[in-house]
Amino acid sequence: MNKIIQVKDVNKSFGGVIANHNISMDVEESKITGLIGPNGSGKTTLFNSIVGYHPIDSGTIQFENREISQLKVQKIARLGILRTFQQTRIYSKMNCVKNMLISAAHHNTKWLDMFTEYPQEMTERAEHLLEFVGLYSKRFLISGDLSFGQQKLLEFAMALMNEPKVLLLDEPTAGINPTLINGLIDRLKRANQEFGITLFVIEHNMRVVMNLAESIYCLAHGEMLAHGTPEEIKQDQNVIDAYLGAH
Amino acid sequence: MNLHLKKIIFYAAILLAGIFAPIAFPAYTFQFAVLWLMILFALTWDILGGQMGYNSLGNILFFGAGMYICTVVQIGMYYDVGEYTAHFGAVKIDFTPYQYFTGIAAGLVLAGIACLGLAVVFGWIVFGLRGPYFAIGTLGVAIAAGELVGAWDYVGAGGGISLPNYPGGPGDREMFFYILCFVSAVCTFIFLKWLYSTRFQLALNAIRDDEEKAEAMGIHTNRYKTIAWSFAAFFLGISGGIFGNMTGFIEPLEVAFPTVTFGIFMVLMVLLGGKGTLWGPVIGAIIFHVIKELTWTYLLGWQWVALGALIIINVVYFQQGIMGWAQEKWPELFGITVDEAVASAEENSTADKEAVI
Repeated sequence: MNKIIQVKDVNKSFGGVIANHNISMDVEESKITGLIGPNGSGKTTLFNSIVGYHPIDSGTIQFENREISQLKVQKIARLGILRTFQQTRIYSKMNCVKNMLISAAHHNTKWLDMFTEYPQEMTERAEHLLEFVGLYSKRFLISGDLSFGQQKLLEFAMALMNEPKVLLLDEPTAGINPTLINGLIDRLKRANQEFGITLFVIEHNMRVVMNLAESIYCLAHGEMLAHGTPEEIKQDQNVIDAYLGAH
Repeated sequence: MNLHLKKIIFYAAILLAGIFAPIAFPAYTFQFAVLWLMILFALTWDILGGQMGYNSLGNILFFGAGMYICTVVQIGMYYDVGEYTAHFGAVKIDFTPYQYFTGIAAGLVLAGIACLGLAVVFGWIVFGLRGPYFAIGTLGVAIAAGELVGAWDYVGAGGGISLPNYPGGPGDREMFFYILCFVSAVCTFIFLKWLYSTRFQLALNAIRDDEEKAEAMGIHTNRYKTIAWSFAAFFLGISGGIFGNMTGFIEPLEVAFPTVTFGIFMVLMVLLGGKGTLWGPVIGAIIFHVIKELTWTYLLGWQWVALGALIIINVVYFQQGIMGWAQEKWPELFGITVDEAVASAEENSTADKEAVI
């Protein structure tokens, strides 16, 4: 199986707090990989390390066999690793269509392209994706006025607009009502299957992550606790202890 | 009457007003010229302050730099600048019409280009700063520039430079500078109207709304920021060159780098008119300039108090500005609508879907 992201022996500490200690893990191409762990176990830190948000202390991170741990956020994003944020970040004073258009990929644009208008097919693609997440009728509304759940869907659509190779989702279902969650799981799976995007998902909701991921990693206290299929993780005594607070 | 025709008539009316205003009211030609410059100030400040969310307090830097560069080029083309400034007052040098007009043309063009380059250099320094730090950082750069020029003998230091005399009558002179101001403001407006129709505007807006997100999406944020500032600097540099010639005498603190007058006015005009819009700065500049001139005429002695009150009311009660207020009041005029037909159809289909789930 082709490993699109390979993390090896990554350490990251903030002052005296060790957020990630000797983390090694792989994300397999065109699969859905899950990352779970109690609050403060270092999941988001690992995400941030992968997308270049902060430098790592030691270790290597490879994307398509290329070392990326020294690259800047924008450069990594243009290579094709995109992340969504736990707190949901959209361009809140622009309407949904504009949010989508500006999210289109920047890796193959030329210098002078910034002074051109968006081609018609790009607007069509934006509207198509807004339809995919169920926001088509609200496409001309200012995105900051949408509900939290809708903003989350918009952020997801923006990520798809960028056509990434890997999409890192930080708690995609946090704060979304149970009915919408089903729709979101369905859309995540479709994004994976129809658009061929590899997904790497941090998720607290066990029902969601067990349903979604084929391979799950569990972090606790900054260390990799377990790795396996959803069934294996469910049975793993270490994981159960970590969640119930035996550590 | 269709919308397209209405627009053409609207723009034509503005152009005609611009052309005939000084002919109809010749006594106010200088005031009209300054009004066009104010519009240019507001428009260029809004590129960063409104569209990109970077509140620069130092844009006046390019106004002053443009003024000095233009002057030095104008004089330097035909005389030795050091000698000219040293003899200031003692020897009056007359420029022939040919020298004068070629000098001013070259001076304005070079002022614009040099300021564009300056913005790239200073942008590289100050764009690491965010929020209030950027505002203070840019203000510092502008004040430092004024002080540096004030200590530089070659350009007359604190004593300033007297600009070449206009080769013609006073009426012609006023009209000449009025046309320069008018044309440069209109060009700025047309340029920005075009710029804001391209992807460039969306990138600036994205940086304004969430720069970290923009970086995470792979946008070349530094490239956009630097280019945006260079555009502002280009037009401001030219406006500085025009204003220097218009007043006839330049010196660093009051004329070239007036951080507390023009430097702050450009911010206020945009806040009054509405940030992040094309027309907001124009409307804001017109209202501001009229109020300012009225208070200077009828409330002399209290003019700064009146201006201060206006600022406070604006900032406390009317933050969104005129255009922002209009957008809140009539959102549908600005295209902020729910697609009703699709919305109802969508509701039905999601209801179906949820029933299945």
